[in-house]
Amino acid sequence: MPNIAFTTHLESHVDCPARSVPGNTVRAVLDSAFQGNERALAYVLDEQGALRHHMVIFVNGRAVKDREKLSDPVPDDAEVYVMQALSGG
Amino acid sequence: MSDRIHVGTRKGLFTVERDGTGGWDVVDTAFLSDHVPMVLADPRNDTILAALAHGHFGGKLHRSTDNGSTWEECDAPAYPEREEGAEPDRDAFGREWPWKLGLIWELTAGGSDQPGVVWGGTIPGGLFKSDDGGTSWQMVLSLWEDPRRKEWFGGGYDYPGIHSVTVDPRDSNRLVLGVSCGGVWETLDGGMSWDLRADGMWAEYMPPDRKNDPTIQDPHRIARCDAHPDAMWVQHHNGVFRTTDGAKTWQEVKDVPPSNFGFAVAVHPEDPDTAWFVPAIDDEQRLPVDGKVVVTRTRDGGVSFDVLREGLPQHHAYDLVFRHAMDVDESGERLVFGSTTGSLWVSEDGGNSWITVSTHLPPVYCTRFVRR
Repeated sequence: MPNIAFTTHLESHVDCPARSVPGNTVRAVLDSAFQGNERALAYVLDEQGALRHHMVIFVNGRAVKDREKLSDPVPDDAEVYVMQALSGG
Repeated sequence: MSDRIHVGTRKGLFTVERDGTGGWDVVDTAFLSDHVPMVLADPRNDTILAALAHGHFGGKLHRSTDNGSTWEECDAPAYPEREEGAEPDRDAFGREWPWKLGLIWELTAGGSDQPGVVWGGTIPGGLFKSDDGGTSWQMVLSLWEDPRRKEWFGGGYDYPGIHSVTVDPRDSNRLVLGVSCGGVWETLDGGMSWDLRADGMWAEYMPPDRKNDPTIQDPHRIARCDAHPDAMWVQHHNGVFRTTDGAKTWQEVKDVPPSNFGFAVAVHPEDPDTAWFVPAIDDEQRLPVDGKVVVTRTRDGGVSFDVLREGLPQHHAYDLVFRHAMDVDESGERLVFGSTTGSLWVSEDGGNSWITVSTHLPPVYCTRFVRR
Protein backbone atom coordinates (compact mmCIF):
# COMPACT_ATOMS: atom_id res chain seq x y z
CA MET A 1 0.00 0.00 0.00
CA PRO A 2 1.17 3.59 -0.58
CA ASN A 3 2.66 5.49 2.32
CA ILE A 4 1.26 8.96 3.03
CA ALA A 5 2.73 11.68 5.22
CA PHE A 6 1.67 15.24 5.93
CA THR A 7 3.25 18.61 6.57
CA THR A 8 3.81 19.10 10.29
CA HIS A 9 1.83 22.34 10.01
CA LEU A 10 -1.27 20.29 9.21
CA GLU A 11 -0.58 17.96 12.12
CA SER A 12 -0.92 20.94 14.44
CA HIS A 13 -4.58 21.29 13.35
CA VAL A 14 -5.82 17.75 12.71
CA ASP A 15 -4.81 14.22 13.56
CA CYS A 16 -2.96 12.92 10.52
CA PRO A 17 -0.06 10.59 11.36
CA ALA A 18 2.00 9.08 8.54
CA ARG A 19 0.71 5.66 7.59
CA SER A 20 0.11 3.12 4.83
CA VAL A 21 -3.31 3.33 3.24
CA PRO A 22 -4.98 1.70 0.23
CA GLY A 23 -5.72 3.58 -3.00
CA ASN A 24 -4.52 3.78 -6.58
CA THR A 25 -5.24 7.47 -7.21
CA VAL A 26 -4.38 10.53 -5.13
CA ARG A 27 -8.04 11.05 -4.25
CA ALA A 28 -8.46 7.42 -3.22
CA VAL A 29 -5.39 7.59 -1.00
CA LEU A 30 -6.65 10.79 0.66
CA ASP A 31 -10.10 9.28 1.19
CA SER A 32 -8.49 6.30 2.88
CA ALA A 33 -6.27 8.46 5.04
CA PHE A 34 -9.15 10.66 6.21
CA GLN A 35 -11.89 8.02 6.26
CA GLY A 36 -14.61 9.09 8.66
CA ASN A 37 -13.08 12.52 9.18
CA GLU A 38 -14.39 14.78 6.44
CA ARG A 39 -13.56 17.87 8.44
CA ALA A 40 -9.88 16.93 8.45
CA LEU A 41 -9.97 16.20 4.71
CA ALA A 42 -11.33 19.72 4.25
CA TYR A 43 -7.95 21.09 5.38
CA VAL A 44 -6.44 19.63 2.20
CA LEU A 45 -9.34 19.77 -0.28
CA ASP A 46 -11.93 22.51 -0.76
CA GLU A 47 -15.67 21.93 -0.86
CA GLN A 48 -15.54 21.15 -4.58
CA GLY A 49 -13.00 18.39 -3.96
CA ALA A 50 -10.07 20.27 -5.48
CA LEU A 51 -6.66 20.59 -3.87
CA ARG A 52 -6.51 23.84 -1.91
CA HIS A 53 -4.73 26.64 -3.71
CA HIS A 54 -1.72 26.74 -1.42
CA MET A 55 -1.32 22.99 -0.96
CA VAL A 56 0.70 20.58 -3.04
CA ILE A 57 0.90 16.79 -3.12
CA PHE A 58 3.92 14.82 -4.27
CA VAL A 59 3.79 11.21 -5.47
CA ASN A 60 7.26 9.66 -5.59
CA GLY A 61 8.76 13.11 -5.68
CA ARG A 62 6.57 14.51 -8.49
CA ALA A 63 3.90 17.14 -7.86
CA VAL A 64 0.46 15.91 -8.88
CA LYS A 65 -0.90 17.37 -12.12
CA ASP A 66 -4.65 17.02 -11.64
CA ARG A 67 -5.44 19.41 -8.81
CA GLU A 68 -9.19 19.37 -9.51
CA LYS A 69 -10.07 15.66 -9.48
CA LEU A 70 -6.82 14.29 -8.02
CA SER A 71 -6.85 11.49 -10.55
CA ASP A 72 -3.07 11.05 -10.78
CA PRO A 73 -2.20 7.35 -10.42
CA VAL A 74 -0.50 6.16 -7.25
CA PRO A 75 1.64 3.02 -7.50
CA ASP A 76 1.28 0.49 -4.74
CA ASP A 77 4.73 1.26 -3.36
CA ALA A 78 4.45 5.05 -3.69
CA GLU A 79 5.50 7.66 -1.18
CA VAL A 80 2.84 10.39 -1.01
CA TYR A 81 3.61 13.69 0.69
CA VAL A 82 0.95 16.34 1.42
CA MET A 83 2.82 19.62 1.75
CA GLN A 84 2.31 23.37 1.88
CA ALA A 85 3.06 25.23 -1.31
CA LEU A 86 5.41 28.12 -0.73
CA SER A 87 3.38 30.37 -2.97
CA GLY A 88 1.71 32.23 -0.17
CA GLY A 89 -0.56 31.75 2.74
CA MET B 1 -21.65 48.31 30.42
CA SER B 2 -19.35 45.75 28.89
CA ASP B 3 -16.01 44.97 30.51
CA ARG B 4 -14.85 42.42 27.95
CA ILE B 5 -13.76 42.65 24.33
CA HIS B 6 -12.74 40.06 21.76
CA VAL B 7 -10.15 41.21 19.26
CA GLY B 8 -9.61 39.19 16.08
CA THR B 9 -6.23 39.82 14.49
CA ARG B 10 -3.88 38.59 11.82
CA LYS B 11 -2.08 36.50 14.41
CA GLY B 12 -4.74 35.26 16.79
CA LEU B 13 -7.70 36.06 19.00
CA PHE B 14 -7.16 38.27 22.03
CA THR B 15 -9.48 38.84 24.95
CA VAL B 16 -9.27 42.22 26.64
CA GLU B 17 -10.82 42.99 30.02
CA ARG B 18 -11.31 45.98 32.24
CA ASP B 19 -9.79 45.62 35.68
CA GLY B 20 -11.09 47.05 38.92
CA THR B 21 -9.12 50.27 38.57
CA GLY B 22 -10.34 51.19 35.11
CA GLY B 23 -7.41 49.78 33.15
CA TRP B 24 -7.84 47.52 30.14
CA ASP B 25 -5.45 44.71 29.24
CA VAL B 26 -5.13 41.49 27.31
CA VAL B 27 -6.11 38.62 29.61
CA ASP B 28 -6.27 35.68 27.19
CA THR B 29 -5.12 34.55 23.77
CA ALA B 30 -6.26 31.83 21.38
CA PHE B 31 -5.29 30.64 17.90
CA LEU B 32 -1.94 32.41 18.09
CA SER B 33 -0.39 32.76 14.64
CA ASP B 34 -3.71 32.15 12.85
CA HIS B 35 -5.77 34.81 11.06
CA VAL B 36 -9.00 35.54 12.94
CA PRO B 37 -11.08 37.75 10.65
CA MET B 38 -14.30 37.60 12.65
CA VAL B 39 -15.54 36.70 16.12
CA LEU B 40 -19.03 36.62 17.59
CA ALA B 41 -19.80 36.50 21.30
CA ASP B 42 -23.43 35.43 21.17
CA PRO B 43 -25.26 37.19 24.02
CA ARG B 44 -28.16 34.71 23.84
CA ASN B 45 -26.20 31.68 24.96
CA ASP B 46 -22.70 32.78 26.04
CA THR B 47 -21.01 30.98 23.18
CA ILE B 48 -18.16 32.43 21.17
CA LEU B 49 -17.70 31.71 17.48
CA ALA B 50 -14.29 32.44 15.99
CA ALA B 51 -13.70 32.41 12.24
CA LEU B 52 -10.22 31.41 11.15
CA ALA B 53 -8.64 31.98 7.77
CA HIS B 54 -5.74 29.62 7.28
CA GLY B 55 -3.51 30.57 4.41
CA HIS B 56 -3.09 26.95 3.37
CA PHE B 57 -6.02 25.08 4.86
CA GLY B 58 -8.96 27.40 4.13
CA GLY B 59 -11.62 29.06 6.23
CA LYS B 60 -12.59 27.35 9.48
CA LEU B 61 -14.94 27.95 12.37
CA HIS B 62 -14.38 27.22 16.06
CA ARG B 63 -16.75 27.51 19.01
CA SER B 64 -16.29 27.88 22.74
CA THR B 65 -18.97 27.43 25.36
CA ASP B 66 -16.73 28.10 28.36
CA ASN B 67 -15.63 31.68 27.81
CA GLY B 68 -12.77 30.72 25.56
CA SER B 69 -11.08 28.19 27.84
CA THR B 70 -11.60 25.41 25.29
CA TRP B 71 -12.60 25.37 21.63
CA GLU B 72 -14.18 22.83 19.32
CA GLU B 73 -14.13 22.98 15.55
CA CYS B 74 -17.50 23.26 13.78
CA ASP B 75 -18.23 22.72 10.12
CA ALA B 76 -17.40 25.83 8.15
CA PRO B 77 -19.91 27.21 5.65
CA ALA B 78 -19.46 25.39 2.33
CA TYR B 79 -20.52 26.51 -1.12
CA PRO B 80 -22.87 24.21 -3.05
CA GLU B 81 -21.54 21.59 -5.39
CA ARG B 82 -21.30 22.68 -9.00
CA GLU B 83 -23.00 20.54 -11.60
CA GLU B 84 -20.67 18.70 -13.93
CA GLY B 85 -20.28 20.72 -17.13
CA ALA B 86 -22.12 23.77 -15.79
CA GLU B 87 -21.46 27.08 -17.51
CA PRO B 88 -18.84 29.16 -15.67
CA ASP B 89 -20.34 31.53 -13.13
CA ARG B 90 -18.84 34.96 -13.78
CA ASP B 91 -18.82 38.23 -11.87
CA ALA B 92 -19.43 41.69 -13.36
CA PHE B 93 -15.83 41.82 -14.61
CA GLY B 94 -16.12 38.47 -16.37
CA ARG B 95 -13.97 36.63 -13.90
CA GLU B 96 -15.00 33.11 -13.01
CA TRP B 97 -16.65 33.13 -9.62
CA PRO B 98 -15.24 30.38 -7.39
CA TRP B 99 -17.87 28.35 -5.57
CA LYS B 100 -15.51 27.96 -2.66
CA LEU B 101 -15.31 29.55 0.74
CA GLY B 102 -12.65 32.22 0.74
CA LEU B 103 -13.28 34.03 4.01
CA ILE B 104 -15.87 34.09 6.78
CA TRP B 105 -16.22 37.87 6.90
CA GLU B 106 -19.26 38.39 9.12
CA LEU B 107 -21.01 36.51 11.92
CA THR B 108 -24.25 37.87 13.35
CA ALA B 109 -26.56 36.41 15.97
CA GLY B 110 -30.16 35.90 14.90
CA GLY B 111 -33.04 37.48 16.76
CA SER B 112 -33.84 36.75 20.38
CA ASP B 113 -36.80 34.59 19.29
CA GLN B 114 -34.49 32.46 17.12
CA PRO B 115 -31.97 31.25 19.70
CA GLY B 116 -30.00 28.90 17.46
CA VAL B 117 -29.84 31.11 14.41
CA VAL B 118 -26.53 32.60 13.32
CA TRP B 119 -25.94 34.38 10.03
CA GLY B 120 -22.64 34.25 8.21
CA GLY B 121 -21.43 36.49 5.41
CA THR B 122 -18.55 35.30 3.28
CA ILE B 123 -16.23 36.06 0.41
CA PRO B 124 -17.05 35.28 -2.40
CA GLY B 125 -20.53 36.65 -1.83
CA GLY B 126 -22.31 33.90 0.06
CA LEU B 127 -24.87 34.32 2.82
CA PHE B 128 -25.15 31.35 5.15
CA LYS B 129 -27.53 30.47 7.95
CA SER B 130 -27.03 28.14 10.88
CA ASP B 131 -30.01 26.92 12.90
CA ASP B 132 -27.88 25.20 15.50
CA GLY B 133 -25.51 27.83 16.81
CA GLY B 134 -22.88 27.30 14.15
CA THR B 135 -22.68 23.51 14.18
CA SER B 136 -23.90 23.30 10.58
CA TRP B 137 -24.58 25.84 7.84
CA GLN B 138 -26.83 26.16 4.84
CA MET B 139 -26.28 28.64 2.04
CA VAL B 140 -29.16 31.05 1.44
CA LEU B 141 -29.67 30.03 -2.17
CA SER B 142 -32.30 32.67 -2.91
CA LEU B 143 -29.61 35.35 -2.81
CA TRP B 144 -26.90 33.26 -4.43
CA GLU B 145 -29.20 32.41 -7.33
CA ASP B 146 -30.51 35.96 -7.74
CA PRO B 147 -29.34 37.09 -11.20
CA ARG B 148 -28.48 40.51 -9.78
CA ARG B 149 -25.61 38.86 -7.91
CA LYS B 150 -23.78 38.62 -11.23
CA GLU B 151 -23.43 42.41 -11.17
CA TRP B 152 -21.31 42.33 -8.03
CA PHE B 153 -17.53 42.68 -8.07
CA GLY B 154 -14.74 42.69 -5.56
CA GLY B 155 -13.82 45.72 -3.49
CA GLY B 156 -10.43 45.33 -1.86
CA TYR B 157 -10.58 41.57 -2.27
CA ASP B 158 -10.65 39.85 -5.67
CA TYR B 159 -14.24 38.75 -5.21
CA PRO B 160 -17.27 40.40 -3.63
CA GLY B 161 -18.17 39.73 -0.04
CA ILE B 162 -20.99 40.10 2.47
CA HIS B 163 -19.53 41.98 5.41
CA SER B 164 -22.59 43.32 7.23
CA VAL B 165 -25.65 41.39 8.36
CA THR B 166 -28.06 43.31 10.58
CA VAL B 167 -31.16 41.76 12.13
CA ASP B 168 -34.22 43.91 12.86
CA PRO B 169 -34.93 43.44 16.57
CA ARG B 170 -38.65 43.95 15.89
CA ASP B 171 -38.79 41.08 13.41
CA SER B 172 -36.04 38.49 13.15
CA ASN B 173 -37.00 37.68 9.56
CA ARG B 174 -36.04 41.17 8.43
CA LEU B 175 -32.36 41.46 7.59
CA VAL B 176 -30.33 44.14 5.92
CA LEU B 177 -27.03 43.11 4.31
CA GLY B 178 -24.07 45.09 3.06
CA VAL B 179 -22.03 43.80 0.12
CA SER B 180 -18.71 45.12 -1.22
CA CYS B 181 -19.31 45.76 -4.01
CA GLY B 182 -22.92 44.82 -4.35
CA GLY B 183 -25.09 47.34 -2.54
CA VAL B 184 -27.52 46.95 0.33
CA TRP B 185 -30.01 44.08 0.37
CA GLU B 186 -33.08 43.49 2.47
CA THR B 187 -35.23 40.47 3.12
CA LEU B 188 -38.55 40.65 4.94
CA ASP B 189 -39.15 36.92 4.96
CA GLY B 190 -36.08 35.39 6.55
CA GLY B 191 -34.13 35.15 3.33
CA MET B 192 -36.66 33.75 0.90
CA SER B 193 -36.71 36.90 -1.24
CA TRP B 194 -34.57 39.99 -1.55
CA ASP B 195 -34.81 43.64 -2.50
CA LEU B 196 -32.00 46.05 -3.31
CA ARG B 197 -31.99 48.98 -0.89
CA ALA B 198 -29.28 51.36 -2.05
CA ASP B 199 -31.38 54.18 -3.45
CA GLY B 200 -29.61 57.45 -2.80
CA MET B 201 -26.10 56.03 -2.78
CA TRP B 202 -23.72 56.91 -5.57
CA ALA B 203 -20.35 55.56 -6.68
CA GLU B 204 -17.56 57.80 -7.86
CA TYR B 205 -15.56 54.77 -9.03
CA MET B 206 -18.07 53.99 -11.81
CA PRO B 207 -18.78 55.62 -15.18
CA PRO B 208 -21.39 58.40 -14.96
CA ASP B 209 -24.23 56.27 -16.31
CA ARG B 210 -23.66 53.61 -13.66
CA LYS B 211 -22.87 55.74 -10.63
CA ASN B 212 -26.38 55.46 -9.14
CA ASP B 213 -26.73 51.74 -9.90
CA PRO B 214 -27.71 50.12 -6.59
CA THR B 215 -26.12 46.76 -7.48
CA ILE B 216 -22.56 48.12 -7.53
CA GLN B 217 -22.52 50.38 -4.49
CA ASP B 218 -19.72 49.79 -2.00
CA PRO B 219 -21.03 50.22 1.53
CA HIS B 220 -17.91 49.43 3.54
CA ARG B 221 -19.94 48.76 6.67
CA ILE B 222 -23.56 49.10 7.86
CA ALA B 223 -24.41 49.86 11.49
CA ARG B 224 -27.99 49.72 12.74
CA CYS B 225 -29.43 51.40 15.84
CA ASP B 226 -30.80 48.79 18.25
CA ALA B 227 -33.57 50.97 19.66
CA HIS B 228 -34.53 52.56 16.34
CA PRO B 229 -33.86 49.85 13.76
CA ASP B 230 -35.02 51.95 10.81
CA ALA B 231 -31.99 54.14 11.46
CA MET B 232 -28.77 52.90 9.89
CA TRP B 233 -25.44 54.45 9.04
CA VAL B 234 -23.08 53.45 6.27
CA GLN B 235 -19.44 54.23 5.74
CA HIS B 236 -19.40 53.97 1.95
CA HIS B 237 -16.37 53.94 -0.32
CA ASN B 238 -16.96 57.57 -1.24
CA GLY B 239 -18.85 59.02 1.67
CA VAL B 240 -21.11 58.66 4.65
CA PHE B 241 -24.77 57.79 4.17
CA ARG B 242 -27.66 57.35 6.58
CA THR B 243 -31.22 56.14 6.42
CA THR B 244 -34.09 56.78 8.79
CA ASP B 245 -36.70 54.81 6.88
CA GLY B 246 -35.34 51.28 7.10
CA ALA B 247 -33.05 51.56 4.06
CA LYS B 248 -35.78 52.59 1.63
CA THR B 249 -33.81 55.75 0.92
CA TRP B 250 -30.31 56.85 1.82
CA GLN B 251 -29.10 60.40 2.29
CA GLU B 252 -25.48 61.39 1.85
CA VAL B 253 -24.00 63.17 4.84
CA LYS B 254 -21.65 65.80 3.52
CA ASP B 255 -18.87 67.91 4.98
CA VAL B 256 -17.56 65.22 7.29
CA PRO B 257 -14.30 66.40 8.84
CA PRO B 258 -11.46 65.66 8.30
CA SER B 259 -12.42 63.14 5.59
CA ASN B 260 -15.46 61.18 4.48
CA PHE B 261 -13.38 58.10 3.59
CA GLY B 262 -12.99 55.16 5.92
CA PHE B 263 -14.24 51.70 6.70
CA ALA B 264 -15.59 51.46 10.24
CA VAL B 265 -18.83 52.87 11.61
CA ALA B 266 -20.66 52.39 14.90
CA VAL B 267 -24.05 53.73 15.95
CA HIS B 268 -25.29 54.44 19.46
CA PRO B 269 -27.60 51.61 20.59
CA GLU B 270 -30.27 54.04 21.85
CA ASP B 271 -29.69 57.29 19.95
CA PRO B 272 -30.01 56.97 16.17
CA ASP B 273 -28.47 60.40 15.65
CA THR B 274 -25.16 59.46 17.28
CA ALA B 275 -22.58 57.61 15.18
CA TRP B 276 -18.80 57.25 15.10
CA PHE B 277 -16.35 56.88 12.21
CA VAL B 278 -12.58 56.53 11.87
CA PRO B 279 -11.50 58.50 8.81
CA ALA B 280 -8.59 57.97 6.44
CA ILE B 281 -7.50 60.39 3.75
CA ASP B 282 -9.06 58.77 0.69
CA ASP B 283 -9.10 55.69 -1.51
CA GLU B 284 -5.57 56.26 -2.77
CA GLN B 285 -4.16 57.23 0.64
CA ARG B 286 -5.47 54.90 3.29
CA LEU B 287 -3.81 56.74 6.12
CA PRO B 288 -4.97 59.08 8.87
CA VAL B 289 -5.22 62.68 7.75
CA ASP B 290 -1.97 64.49 8.63
CA GLY B 291 -0.69 61.39 10.46
CA LYS B 292 -3.17 61.96 13.28
CA VAL B 293 -5.56 59.25 14.43
CA VAL B 294 -9.01 60.69 15.14
CA VAL B 295 -12.55 59.48 15.62
CA THR B 296 -15.36 61.46 14.06
CA ARG B 297 -18.64 61.63 15.95
CA THR B 298 -21.98 63.13 15.15
CA ARG B 299 -24.69 63.54 17.77
CA ASP B 300 -27.23 65.32 15.61
CA GLY B 301 -27.79 62.95 12.73
CA GLY B 302 -24.89 64.21 10.67
CA VAL B 303 -25.59 67.94 10.82
CA SER B 304 -22.32 68.48 12.67
CA PHE B 305 -19.32 66.43 13.74
CA ASP B 306 -16.83 66.36 16.58
CA VAL B 307 -13.29 65.35 15.74
CA LEU B 308 -12.14 63.41 18.80
CA ARG B 309 -8.43 63.04 19.42
CA GLU B 310 -7.77 63.03 23.19
CA GLY B 311 -5.61 60.01 23.97
CA LEU B 312 -5.04 59.13 20.31
CA PRO B 313 -1.63 59.51 18.59
CA GLN B 314 -1.24 62.86 16.89
CA HIS B 315 2.29 62.59 15.52
CA HIS B 316 3.30 60.40 12.56
CA ALA B 317 0.60 57.81 13.17
CA TYR B 318 -0.33 55.65 10.19
CA ASP B 319 -2.99 53.39 11.62
CA LEU B 320 -5.80 52.24 9.33
CA VAL B 321 -8.97 50.87 10.89
CA PHE B 322 -10.73 48.06 9.04
CA ARG B 323 -14.52 47.84 8.71
CA HIS B 324 -15.10 45.40 11.58
CA ALA B 325 -12.49 46.91 13.88
CA MET B 326 -14.71 49.36 15.79
CA ASP B 327 -17.55 48.51 18.18
CA VAL B 328 -19.76 50.17 20.75
CA ASP B 329 -21.14 48.46 23.82
CA GLU B 330 -24.77 48.26 24.90
CA SER B 331 -24.50 51.47 26.94
CA GLY B 332 -23.26 53.60 24.08
CA GLU B 333 -20.56 54.95 26.37
CA ARG B 334 -17.81 52.44 25.76
CA LEU B 335 -16.18 52.13 22.37
CA VAL B 336 -13.22 50.20 21.07
CA PHE B 337 -11.23 50.27 17.89
CA GLY B 338 -8.08 48.61 16.65
CA SER B 339 -5.77 49.30 13.73
CA THR B 340 -3.63 47.67 11.10
CA THR B 341 -0.62 48.84 13.08
CA GLY B 342 -1.70 46.75 16.04
CA SER B 343 -2.96 49.54 18.23
CA LEU B 344 -6.08 49.16 20.34
CA TRP B 345 -7.96 51.97 22.05
CA VAL B 346 -10.96 52.03 24.38
CA SER B 347 -13.18 54.97 25.32
CA GLU B 348 -15.40 55.05 28.39
CA ASP B 349 -17.00 58.40 27.65
CA GLY B 350 -18.57 58.06 24.24
CA GLY B 351 -15.36 58.83 22.41
CA ASN B 352 -14.41 62.08 24.18
CA SER B 353 -11.17 60.48 25.37
CA TRP B 354 -9.33 57.26 24.62
CA ILE B 355 -7.26 54.80 26.64
CA THR B 356 -4.42 53.00 24.86
CA VAL B 357 -4.70 49.27 25.52
CA SER B 358 -1.82 48.23 23.28
CA THR B 359 0.33 49.53 20.44
CA HIS B 360 1.88 46.20 19.55
CA LEU B 361 -0.85 43.72 18.76
CA PRO B 362 -0.93 42.06 15.35
CA PRO B 363 -2.97 43.92 12.70
CA VAL B 364 -6.54 44.10 14.02
CA TYR B 365 -9.37 42.74 11.87
CA CYS B 366 -12.31 42.99 14.25
CA THR B 367 -13.27 44.06 17.75
CA ARG B 368 -16.42 43.04 19.55
CA PHE B 369 -17.67 43.84 23.01
CA VAL B 370 -19.18 40.95 24.92
CA ARG B 371 -22.68 42.30 25.37
CA ARG B 372 -24.93 41.22 28.17
